Amino acid sequence: MSNILIKGARVIDPKSKLDAVRDILIADGKVAKIAKVIRDKKARELKGKGLIATPGLIDLHCHLRDPGRPDEETIETGSQAAVAGGFTSICCMPNTEPPIDNEGIVNYIYKEATRVSLCNVFPIGTITKGRVGKELTEFGELLRAGAKGFSDDGDTVADNNVFRHALEYSKVFDVPILEHPIDRNLAQDGLMNEGLVSTRLGLKGSPAIAEEVIVARDLQLAKFTGARLHLCHISTKGAVDLIRKAKKEGIRVTCETCPQYFYFIDEVLESFDANYKVNPPIRGEEDRQAIIKGLKDGTIDCIATDHAPHCQAEKELEFANAPYGMIGFETAISLVIMELINKQKMAWSDVIEKMTVNPASVIREKAGSISPGSVANITLISPGETWQVAEDKIKSRSKNTPLLGKELMGRVRNVIIKGVIKYSVKS
Amino acid sequence: MNPKKDLLGTEELTTQEIYQYLDLADNFLEVLARPIPIVPSLRGKTILTLFFESSTRTQISFSIAAKRLSADVVNFSQATSSVKKGETLLDTARNIEAMKVDGVVVRHSAPGAAKFLSERLEAFVVNAGDGTHEHPTQALLDLMTMRRHFGRIKKLNVLIVGDIAHSRVARSNIFGLKTLGARVAICAPPTLIPVEIDDLGVEVFYNLDEIIHDFDVIMALRIQLERQQAGLFPSVREYRTFYGLTKERAGRMKAKGVIMHPGPTNRGIEIDPDVADSDKSVILEQVKNGVALRMAVLFIHAGGKIE
Repeated sequence: MSNILIKGARVIDPKSKLDAVRDILIADGKVAKIAKVIRDKKARELKGKGLIATPGLIDLHCHLRDPGRPDEETIETGSQAAVAGGFTSICCMPNTEPPIDNEGIVNYIYKEATRVSLCNVFPIGTITKGRVGKELTEFGELLRAGAKGFSDDGDTVADNNVFRHALEYSKVFDVPILEHPIDRNLAQDGLMNEGLVSTRLGLKGSPAIAEEVIVARDLQLAKFTGARLHLCHISTKGAVDLIRKAKKEGIRVTCETCPQYFYFIDEVLESFDANYKVNPPIRGEEDRQAIIKGLKDGTIDCIATDHAPHCQAEKELEFANAPYGMIGFETAISLVIMELINKQKMAWSDVIEKMTVNPASVIREKAGSISPGSVANITLISPGETWQVAEDKIKSRSKNTPLLGKELMGRVRNVIIKGVIKYSVKS
Repeated sequence: MNPKKDLLGTEELTTQEIYQYLDLADNFLEVLARPIPIVPSLRGKTILTLFFESSTRTQISFSIAAKRLSADVVNFSQATSSVKKGETLLDTARNIEAMKVDGVVVRHSAPGAAKFLSERLEAFVVNAGDGTHEHPTQALLDLMTMRRHFGRIKKLNVLIVGDIAHSRVARSNIFGLKTLGARVAICAPPTLIPVEIDDLGVEVFYNLDEIIHDFDVIMALRIQLERQQAGLFPSVREYRTFYGLTKERAGRMKAKGVIMHPGPTNRGIEIDPDVADSDKSVILEQVKNGVALRMAVLFIHAGGKIE
């Protein structure tokens, strides 16, 4: 393994509060040195001028459809897409077929990820066997096999008592319970956000309150049990307000949102483009502003993708019959740059923190930082570069994004994982 | 005026476009009164009516309209449940495209289905009802009926009573009436009213008895039993008690007020038989105007010529 020398990139490391132009020397898969000027004639040199070097991005929430739907995504194609989006570690949700509810499937995922040898793939196990909300899975055995947390994502654990027990039992291992907070009865198979736009379009609405009642319940149970709760894909103002208050009270809660909730508003549904159909739905402007506020004031800890591949044939049905979800790995950093950095003027360090150290700390990984001795997972980003989202360039096996054909700003140039360049694109 | 390729909804129509349909429909009403009520305007054009939801009247109305214009009409109807996946709408579109029809009139249970087809077909598409979204020709024929009755739409007081939340007729009427400057109100229990509808400039009432005297037009909507089963109102009997157009209620309307209903009516539920058949009712006039209005729509979108 030859040394790599990144020359003159703006290094942003939220953990050590470094934000300065530096050279980074990588040796033996680790960060060997960070200094203003480093010389190493034997090292492979990467030009960093004009680029931003961040710790490798970490995605807490994605769907790789493996095992079960290789026509939509596999660990291999999903990893390729993740790396192209600057991610060096991804957590895959367990709503696979069969679900990740036993050691064998966790082992399979690690085996595949090792064979593919791109990014780290961390499985999230289900909370309940079969993901049907009744009996708890063997948390201990799943953790020993390498699961990083538990979630019945795709569904809320509807039974209050089952969820109470999940939180209580998780305390044995101090692992997070990652909850998909949407009340199924209130959401009523809603196709989009309930509001003026759904009223106009005649599309069945999924109201914000469907998310908020479960967030409220979950926070109460987290307080009651003292367990670690992580709330997935938060999308409403009410949910952000509840979480903000809970954090002040000292409840052990973290949460994430996704680019689709701070970049789009529900008016995009006027197109009836099923690529905008996601769960929770894209909300209105007031909610979007509240999400941005929550990101700014630290209420929202993480930015995840909720990368959800679906094959074209299923997305080309009538809107009502198309499945929920959009792919997100390869466009996430662009939407973050365009909205949060360029428009909302958030500091790079504050944003990158939500895509590196914060998600790492949710899953208790020693990752998400560039410092001497740390594993060399580094993403190099060209922040002002524009590029067009083209179907034939998307690495994910599925192409279900409403951004096809759109020009985005901010592009991943290089991704280094454990000291090896795993992805490169020329300017 | 160059018409848009398709007619997908009244929300996208301008005042001018609406009046263009209504004016032409008035002319066609005269044609329909002739001994031989037929014009050669669309000779050689093929119109396909594609109904994925059962409907007799609308499909017949479109078919007659097309025949009165001398078009060739092909009717297809197959009721499919919204989740049944056989031939997809996409495949249907590709087949239609291959068969080279000039125009497609489509009804489908999924909102956006007409738009979906319009984006994939060279043929013009007329939305004959897409789920709970829009039913523009029904609204246009309602507007035509109101204008013929009152001589104007602007400042007319119109009240829509019933299941607004699930009604494409209500939506299309609200959009069209607001564009033309009418006063629009709705009355129903809150469980049948979609959220934030007041943002469309619509007044919202829950109590029919308090307001019934105040409107020129009262439009009753069909109430469906499945809404009761979904828990949106307790029983048909209670609905009729508070929202049914009974003779007693109709008697408290404005002297010159009229009653409309898009059909088919549930006699004895949202409207009593003696009210539906009374001289306040213009329900059959709506049906008659419907043919003329649909002739106007087909004529304009098929690029017909006055001969």
